[in-house]
This record gives sequence, structure tokens and C-alpha cells, in this order.
Amino acid sequence: MLRFILQKLGMALPTLLLISLMVFALIRLIPGDPALLMLGDMADPQSLADMRRNLGLDHSLVTQFLIWFKAVLSGDLGFSISTREAVLPLILERFTVSAGIVLVAVLLATLIAVPVGLLAAWKQNSALDLGLVMSATLLLSIPSFWLGLLLLYAFGIKLGWLPVVGYVSFGQDPWQALSYLVLPIVTLTLVEVGAITRMARASTIEVLRLEYIAHARAKGLSESAVLWRHALRNAFAPTWTLVGLILGNLLGGIAVLETVFTLPGIGRLMVDAIFARDYPVLQGCLLLITFVYVLVNLFVDLLYPLFDPRVKL
Amino acid sequence: MSPKPSCAPLAAPAAAPRKAPRAWPPANALIGATLLMALILLALLGLLWTPFDPLRIDLLSRLQAPSAVHWLGTDEFGRDVFSRLLIGARTSLWISLLAVSCAVCAGTVIGMLAGYLRGWTDRLLMMFNDALLAFPGILMALGIMAIIGASQYGIVLALGIAYTPSVVRVVRGSVLSLRELEFIEASRVIGNSELYTMFRHIAPNCLAPLCVLATSMFGWALLSESALSFLGLGVPPPAATWGNMLASSRPYIASASWLGIFPGLFICLALLAINLFGDALRDRLDPRMRK
Repeated sequence: MLRFILQKLGMALPTLLLISLMVFALIRLIPGDPALLMLGDMADPQSLADMRRNLGLDHSLVTQFLIWFKAVLSGDLGFSISTREAVLPLILERFTVSAGIVLVAVLLATLIAVPVGLLAAWKQNSALDLGLVMSATLLLSIPSFWLGLLLLYAFGIKLGWLPVVGYVSFGQDPWQALSYLVLPIVTLTLVEVGAITRMARASTIEVLRLEYIAHARAKGLSESAVLWRHALRNAFAPTWTLVGLILGNLLGGIAVLETVFTLPGIGRLMVDAIFARDYPVLQGCLLLITFVYVLVNLFVDLLYPLFDPRVKL
Repeated sequence: MSPKPSCAPLAAPAAAPRKAPRAWPPANALIGATLLMALILLALLGLLWTPFDPLRIDLLSRLQAPSAVHWLGTDEFGRDVFSRLLIGARTSLWISLLAVSCAVCAGTVIGMLAGYLRGWTDRLLMMFNDALLAFPGILMALGIMAIIGASQYGIVLALGIAYTPSVVRVVRGSVLSLRELEFIEASRVIGNSELYTMFRHIAPNCLAPLCVLATSMFGWALLSESALSFLGLGVPPPAATWGNMLASSRPYIASASWLGIFPGLFICLALLAINLFGDALRDRLDPRMRK
């Protein structure tokens, strides 16, 4: 077990290092003085000179990277150009908003989609299966930002049940916070239900062909015992991997949804940073999201043997 | 009891036994292909003719609901929505096609090099490739757009780079499984050069998995282009794409809902067509998926 964990960690470390290298390179690839980029046009000559010294611009690129990487490791991601706030607390605060939405949506989507996919696979090629697969493919084809707009139009404007613009954090008023978060979460859940259902169905179909399922049936087990106790466990493993990938991709692509629902999440922060040329914030967002993506997938890999007993450590 | 080979890992396409062809085309391929053809025809139509000039501003007829004159209504500048959807189709499909082509070309060359040369070249290339794969595609595209700025060919480059690592992975995988097969050995034994063997014998056999991947990448590219344009980081206005039309409809969602409904519907139909077509293609080409 320990060897497995160390092996997976050993694979993640070079990836994390390369990601840091790429995020570092991002600023150096933009034409212009990096010190000016980090401080903005309004900086005075004295602080520019200080910044040049701090970034190590008179040293080699390798030294510059090491200086930057050391700062990152100690949690120093610089200061936002537009608001002068420290980057790390800012992105962490925005990140919790996005992560909450994504986690709840993926959890709901998995809880709905896995039984549906199992059912479709069990009734493979029946009218029910066809209907479920068609609905899943349809859901998969709806862009989240369009679905969000449609739901906003229906429930926010036509019916007037839910607020259209704004955000209240859970700490301030849980009920109101919920009323702002219902639509984004429902939108994401619906979109992801499509992908997860298709995956769960495909992997269950493969599992149901195996001999141990025939054996379980021949033993006289009820169909529900065969499905839930025997098929689900092996069929869930590939789905579990997909869930990990979806978690990461959603964090990367959450900006569009946050734009539709005007939520103060990390995606919106990143897009605003791009527009404002606020490179320290952009670097911070990119680093945080990709690190979380790698860690989520590491976590998924480490839990994989729980779902697929064939992967013994 | 002898083990049944029913769950054998994906065999190389060349080694897969040819089964009697099923009824072809299946329903999903038919619907997908028809939808896709219809969209391509619309895009081509947009090249030749649009009911109105898609860029002409007519403030006297702004925000008109769909009518006999303006079939899908007009936007906040009085521009005809249907005309803009037609040229938007061209822009969106063209960008996606170019981006996927870039990714497939670059990815095939890198993937074949890695798979064929193996050793340190392979290890280094794949380490870098895996790190790139660890960037979610849309995030990488966002980062690249931040460097080069919003423009039509900027998106092609950004999406092309973002999708190359997946192509590398698939091509390298097929090359690795192919190069151990006898017919490759045979080609080398009769004195063909490595380069000739690679392009004459190995490349054509990577085609099946590559087609499946390219189809789904086309869908991702279309969605990502819309998303980037929706965020204002894609094709800048006044040029029309489905994504930026959807973005500019946002302030009018209560008063002029058709502005948001139609572009989204077109994105949705295009994605549905690609997904259905891609499923059918995968069922056909991936031996594991055969019933």
C-alpha cells in the first residue's frame, strides 16, 4: 500500500514541477519588462527597481525560476496589481465559492447518474435504455452556459422564484445563500449527469458480460443482488476516474457559469485578471487550479483500489 | 472452464477479426450525419448569401421579435440574428476544424516519434506531455489567450496546443502496440527504411482511434470556442460567433429572449450532431464496443 502511494506521489511531483515551470514561463513569454507586468503601469521607478531585484531579473532564467519557486512554496504569490491585495488569501477565498458548487454538483450528478447508467445497462437495447441514452446524450450536448441562461430565464425572470443576480455567502445567511446557489448547482448537475450516465452504462455493460456475473446469476442470486452487489463495484471504477477528471475540468471551465450567475468564484477572478492584465492574480489562479486538479486525480487514483478490488497493491 | 476472451484489452485494429458488418448506418449515425450536413450547408450558405448584411447596424429596427422580415429577430444594434447565425456557423465550424487539424498534425508527429524511437526521447516527451495533460484543456486555452490576446487565429492556436497532448497519447499508444506486430517486422526485414515503414505501414493503422478522438475533439473545440467567445476572450465583436452572440444577449434576457435562445440552440444542435456521429464512429471502429 505504502509503495503504491509513494509511486503515485512520485509521478505527481514532476508534473507539479513542470506545471510551475509553465506558469512561470507564462509571464516571461509576454513581451515587455516582467517587473512592469507585475506592478502595473502606475509603478514608481523605486518600486520597479526593487521588483527587478526581487525577481532576480539580472540573473539567469534558472535563478529567476528558483527565486520565484521558493516564494511560491512559502505561500508568497505577490500582490494584485489592481487591488493591492495579497494574492494567496484572495484566490483561496474565491476558490472556496467555486469548489463548493463543483463538489455538490458532481456529488449529486454521481448519485443520480450511476443508478441510471446501471439501469440502462441492465435493460440494454430496450426502449428504456434507448430513451435514457438519448436523454444523456442530449444533456451532454447542452452547453452549461446556455442551460444556465435558460434556467435563469425560466425560474428567475418568468416565474420569479429565485434571485437573478448576486451572491450571499453561507456564513451570512444560509437560506439566502442557497437561493443564489440552487440554479448554478442544478445547471452543472444536469450537464454532468449526461457524461456520467453514459460512462456508468458503458462500463456496466462490459462487466455484465463477464463470467463472474453469470456465475452469480447461476447461484440463484436475485437480479438486484447481482447488479448492486456484484456489477456495481467493478463497473464503478472507470466511472470514478471520470468523476475525478470532471471535477478538474469543471474547476477549469467554471468561469462561464460564474459569468452567467455573477458568482464571485475563482473562474471569474481569473478572467477578470486576464482583462485587467493582473498577472500575479492570473498566475495564482492557474497555479491553484492545476495543483488542485493534479491532487484530485492523485486522490482518485489512490482511492481506486477501494472500488476495484482487482487493483491490488 | 476456459477463459472467454470477451473482455480482452483493445486489440490492434489490424489484428481484430473482421466481423460481419451490422446494419450500417445505425440510427444515431444517420441523425448525427444529417444534422451535421445541415449545419455545414448552412455555413456554406452563409458564405454565399445571407438575408441581410450581418454587420449592418440599423438602429430603427433594434430588438425586434422574430417576424416574416427578420426570421429570428434582430439584436441590440438592429442586425439580423439569422444572418449573424449563418456567418457565425462558418466562423465556429472553421475555427474548430482548424484547431483539431493543428492538434492532429502536431500530435501525430510527436506521438509517432515517441512511440517509434522509444528510450529517452519517449520518456522525456511523455513526461512533458503528461504535465500538459494535467492542465485542463480550457484552462490552458485561457492561459494562452492571456498571452496572445483575443483573436480568431489566437483561439485556433490556443485550442490546437491544448488538444495536442491527447493526440500524442493516443498515437503513441497505437504505435507501441503496432510496432511489435509481424507485418512491421516484415517491412523492416525486406529493407524498407524506418521512415517509410513509419508512414506507409504504421500511420494508416493509427487512423481508427485517431478518427474517434478527432471527432470528439471537434465537439470540445466547438464548445470551448463558444465558451471563450462567451467570456469575451474569443472572437472579438463585431464579427459574429455563436458564443459572442450568446454573451451579448445577456443584458436582454428578460426583454428579448430570442437573442439568447437561437445561438445556444445552434451550439446545442452542433454538439448533439457531433456526439451522435462520434458514438456511431466509435461503435464501428472500436472492437470493444461491438455488440
